[in-house]
Amino acid sequence: MVPVECYFVLSALLFFIGVYGFVTRRNLIAMLISIELVLNAVDINFAAFNRLLFPGELEGFFMTLFSIGVSAAESAVAIAIIINVYRNLKSDTVDSISNMKG
Amino acid sequence: MASIVVFSILAVVILGSALLCVTTKRIMRAATYMLFVLFGVAGLYFLLDYTYLGAAQIAVYAGGVTMIYVFAIQLVSKQTLQGMVEHIKCSRILQGLLLSVVGLATVAVVFLKNCFISAATTDELPMDQIGTALLGSEKYQYVLPFEFISVFLLACIIGGLVVSRKRED
Repeated sequence: MVPVECYFVLSALLFFIGVYGFVTRRNLIAMLISIELVLNAVDINFAAFNRLLFPGELEGFFMTLFSIGVSAAESAVAIAIIINVYRNLKSDTVDSISNMKG
Repeated sequence: MASIVVFSILAVVILGSALLCVTTKRIMRAATYMLFVLFGVAGLYFLLDYTYLGAAQIAVYAGGVTMIYVFAIQLVSKQTLQGMVEHIKCSRILQGLLLSVVGLATVAVVFLKNCFISAATTDELPMDQIGTALLGSEKYQYVLPFEFISVFLLACIIGGLVVSRKRED
């Protein structure tokens, strides 16, 4: 039986690896991939805490299940926006999107 | 004991792939490493005896989302295929490292201040229990979010089509 602390440490590390990627990368798709890492870290926490601390209940399980669905929809829309940005600006970095800068 | 060994292998795969994913210069490789991370997370769900969740993770994430990314990478630009030369500024790396370390320290403080009481876990979660909880309308049952997410997915499909459609003007 793996103690719940191991899952916690793993998901914290994964979360901050994702944060690091989100801050350092300037490519839109790379930033989106980092967001996926962050979302997965949160999902691990939900599932592990539900399973190991409250095994009789299902809240964390369904939170993870719905989070998987929502992040699939989110990435589909984000990819559509990125393709559109590339079509209009011929670039795929965030620094090129400056039309709405104040 | 066996589960600890499996967990260690999965942890090494997840963290190694995640590190390579955020540090590699080539975007196609980043997508591939993300696929390994997603498989590792699915393995964690299997280890937790959440078999259904692991299957959903593999089907939706590894099968669907990664394919979307690969298609987008192929569509967005040719140069990303040959290896995108992305110049990451040193200041930005420092900024990211600082943010991650500060956040990790905060989490570590919270973690060390708490103690967790593990409950005795039961066997594998049976599928009929998941099914009744997913489609029941009683307390602690989830038919409303289930319906919401289907409408949400439909809205996202329409939104994605509208956004990425070629304008005829």
